[in-house]
Amino acid sequence: MTMHDACAVDQHLTLAPKRIGDLENRPLCLSGKGVTKVFGTGAKQTVAVDHVDFAFHEGELVSIVGESGSGKTTLAKMLLGLISVTQGEICFQGKPRDISTSRKKREYWKGIQAIFQDPFSAFNVFNKIDTVLLDCIHMTGGRGLPHAKKVEMMEEACCFVNLKYAELTNKYPFELSGGQMQRLMIARVFLLKPRILVADEPTSMIDACSRATILDMLLQLRDEIGMTILFITHDIGLAYYISDSVYIMEHGKIVEQGTADEVILTPKAPYTKRLISDVPKIYEPWDLTTV
Amino acid sequence: MSNKVLEVRGLTTKYVTRFRENIYAVDNVSLSIEEGKSLGIAGESGCGKSTLALSLMGYYFAPLHYTSGEIIIDGKNISGMKPDEVRKNVLGNEIAYIPQAAMNALNPTRRIRRFVEDVILAHDPKANKKQISEMAEARFAELGLPASVLDRHPVELSGGMKQRTVIAISTILKPKVLIADEPSSALDVTSQKMVIKMLRDLMEKGYIRAMIFITHELPLLYNVTDDIMVMYAGQIVEQGTAKQMVFDPIHPYSRGLMRSIIVPEEGTRGHKLAAIPGTPPNLKNPPQGCRFADRCQYVVPQCRVSAIPMITFDNTREYRCGHAVQHLREVYSHDDA
Amino acid sequence: MKNTIRQVFHSPKFVVGFCIFMAILLTMLVYPFINPGDPLKMIGLGTFAEPGTYVSMYDSVGAPFSTFKIPDADVKRLDKLLTQEDRAKMREWLELAQVDVSELDVGDMDSLLAMWKQHYDPEIRIPGMIKAVRNYYIRLNNSILSASVSDTLKVTDTDEATGETIEKTKISKTDYVNVDDVANVISLPLGTDNFGRDTLKQLVAACGVSISIGLIAGAVATALGLLLGLLAGYLGGWVDDFIMFFTNIFTVIPSFVLLILINYSINQDQRGAGTVALVIGLTSWVWTTRSVRSQVISLRNRDHVNLSRLSGHSLPRIILTDILPYIASYVMMAFILQVSSGILAEAQLSLLGLGPKTTEVPTLGLMMNWAMLYSAHLNGSWWAYFPVILVIALISFSLNLMNTGLDQVFNPTLRE
Repeated sequence: MTMHDACAVDQHLTLAPKRIGDLENRPLCLSGKGVTKVFGTGAKQTVAVDHVDFAFHEGELVSIVGESGSGKTTLAKMLLGLISVTQGEICFQGKPRDISTSRKKREYWKGIQAIFQDPFSAFNVFNKIDTVLLDCIHMTGGRGLPHAKKVEMMEEACCFVNLKYAELTNKYPFELSGGQMQRLMIARVFLLKPRILVADEPTSMIDACSRATILDMLLQLRDEIGMTILFITHDIGLAYYISDSVYIMEHGKIVEQGTADEVILTPKAPYTKRLISDVPKIYEPWDLTTV
Repeated sequence: MSNKVLEVRGLTTKYVTRFRENIYAVDNVSLSIEEGKSLGIAGESGCGKSTLALSLMGYYFAPLHYTSGEIIIDGKNISGMKPDEVRKNVLGNEIAYIPQAAMNALNPTRRIRRFVEDVILAHDPKANKKQISEMAEARFAELGLPASVLDRHPVELSGGMKQRTVIAISTILKPKVLIADEPSSALDVTSQKMVIKMLRDLMEKGYIRAMIFITHELPLLYNVTDDIMVMYAGQIVEQGTAKQMVFDPIHPYSRGLMRSIIVPEEGTRGHKLAAIPGTPPNLKNPPQGCRFADRCQYVVPQCRVSAIPMITFDNTREYRCGHAVQHLREVYSHDDA
Repeated sequence: MKNTIRQVFHSPKFVVGFCIFMAILLTMLVYPFINPGDPLKMIGLGTFAEPGTYVSMYDSVGAPFSTFKIPDADVKRLDKLLTQEDRAKMREWLELAQVDVSELDVGDMDSLLAMWKQHYDPEIRIPGMIKAVRNYYIRLNNSILSASVSDTLKVTDTDEATGETIEKTKISKTDYVNVDDVANVISLPLGTDNFGRDTLKQLVAACGVSISIGLIAGAVATALGLLLGLLAGYLGGWVDDFIMFFTNIFTVIPSFVLLILINYSINQDQRGAGTVALVIGLTSWVWTTRSVRSQVISLRNRDHVNLSRLSGHSLPRIILTDILPYIASYVMMAFILQVSSGILAEAQLSLLGLGPKTTEVPTLGLMMNWAMLYSAHLNGSWWAYFPVILVIALISFSLNLMNTGLDQVFNPTLRE
């Protein structure tokens, strides 16, 4: 069976994700203490993220759940180093993070990458797909490789996300569907193989039928490469389904954290309780009288 | 027959592109809703569910054009009417429509009371402003909105409150049918719940007689509507009661959709998520046979030969698939094992 | 890219604007080949020769002729000679001389002339008629006589040595010269201007100069606006504050006043077309800067820019590949508008006498300036200014049409 044949087999069903149990024994991948982000100055200032503490272990899939305006995307951008941190300290792989110069930033970004919410705006529409993937090879020091080797790497990445490289060459990202674009984004991450991946609502803009594929690929990245995945979502059901541990954010603060089962099945914080009761369900009746 | 509030027969509408291509976004859709019932329409983005909502109003403007079919509201056929006639006599008092971003439709410089007056005066120019105010206050109170909302400007209200206000305004004339197209998708879960509660109140108190609810969120649809219809590539592929559709879908596409449901409940953890590979067909020239054939796991060569008709089964349910119901059920139980 | 161009050429507004502009450009390129020569050469000695074809009288005398007997030649000749006004005056005289004119039709040349010849006598003194009017009638009578009486004209020359008059040739009323046989025929479709220069040739040349002034001004303004807008928008912080400080200062000073002051302070000798174009460009970058900046700020936070940063791309590369292509269509539209307003600004400046120096090149504005200085609009010489106004209007109309067309293609909310 050649590589292309292998790619042509589409998965129809995915197994329910298994959870990682030995979290405490794993080393820390990314952690933060008192991380704060304040936008604006003086009377107009707003605190988007307010003294947040977190610790993400190696190879763990963590969900950060919050409604719009809870500061979860701001936190993600701070972790990615796309915006500055007002206060607090972030440690990456045990050492305090230093991204003061563009060279150090570039080095940091080899260890942390992202998937964005809206696949339609995440790609430069003027760049071909090859350019996007080649950039990743070049970033990880593959600039000098022979062309055939590069193509092989791109084929492998496309295969990982069930896309056919041969069909993608000379195409522009906007010629793909939303689900395919999001998979291309994962192919990019596969080539870069960072230690940690920040996935900011990766499934909220795509159809329910493509969602399972994306989730499955994230789980594969965790299981096969040992990537730490930070899954940011507003959908508490999704967080429950996929993650090992869950952080609940409200108005810039973390109100509850723990393993997925703990947080969702036995919520303690009033906000978490409300969030869970307000989501429509299918196995239990949805109580409309409590609003 | 008499208790059907809305009946649609063979409705087909098309979009005409800049390059004069026809796209049949709603293709031969028939449906009916009985008094006091609600119908949910589910499907992927681009399947034609929003176009169906627009088409049902009978109010067409370019690039959307009416092609054929009948829309009968309470025994009155509105499909042949001119746009102006529809706007005066149908919208507001026969059919009300709430789009997803309805809350942004309010002019921020006017008070809510003015919008209510506008709606009523447009249909009854002789109405008394004092009576309108009293009526609006009573209605708002009944729907759980504080009367003070009437004197506010739209910018002073939160998103959820605005959306509920828009719903209250659009149903002020007691329309027979309410079409809600993703009315709560842009809201947080708590506001969403309040919007849903309001829609349910409207039904229970008799301000609307039937409702069509469109969303891609299946758990929501399951909790809001009595019946669910699944659309794919402009056609209806299956319909049945909410419970039947969620727990016993027959069409492979509906089954795929239902198996993508994720809820924060213990039952979810063990269940397998389904993914449907591929993309919907291009409606500029849809495939000959079953439109789902290219993405279907159970496709056989006959599927691609000719168009598949809607087939009735279990007395009230309908589906559009070449395979027999019994066969599909067997295949599914085999898959699950 | 291909699809975009296809869409652009599907927009009727753009196509109409493009066709008009191309037609103007084509005329500008082709006309100098048809009618070569210096457009500013003063060919006429008088001012404002009317539009038409001019045949050299000198050359037609010596040219080979053919004889034609055309029955109404005399009538035509007199028609050309006697204006409607003259005829009314003739009738007036006859009336004053107590001739019965009740059956006379002024339009009927033959009967008018017959009656005139029968009754007119320069010796008759009509009471109350002043001398000037009497002389007018005498002159009128003489020309009528010369046109209708003598069948041939003698062309004579004076021998320089002897002072004798030598008869050179005779010209008969029935002699006709083929225009092709006349050595010198000048065609002046738009006549000449106040300096006796061919207006059409000048207009074509002026059109080219004005469009290049517009292009240079537009290019300078767009480039400056783009550069400052990109820097301010993408870098933000103190760079943004600094650039916006200057932009705001320039925004509150009316740019036309600034333009007048700068041009006024430049010595006339140094004020060539290029300088004027540069000055126009340097005073009109403000709005481009502001709008590019706001577009870049909204683009800066887009995910594709974040992705590019995460891929470790450098700042110039991000600006060139992730920001510039996205605003290219907008910049193109701004450029078209700048060209159009540059052409108009030059016309306004020149009309005030602050345009390029007046001896080297014609521009549309200068042509209007000259026409105005020599009162073309007062003495009815429409050809000296009206075609210029029309061309300015056409150019800016076509450019604006193209801009609107592009806007409709690139801005989905404006599509029909």
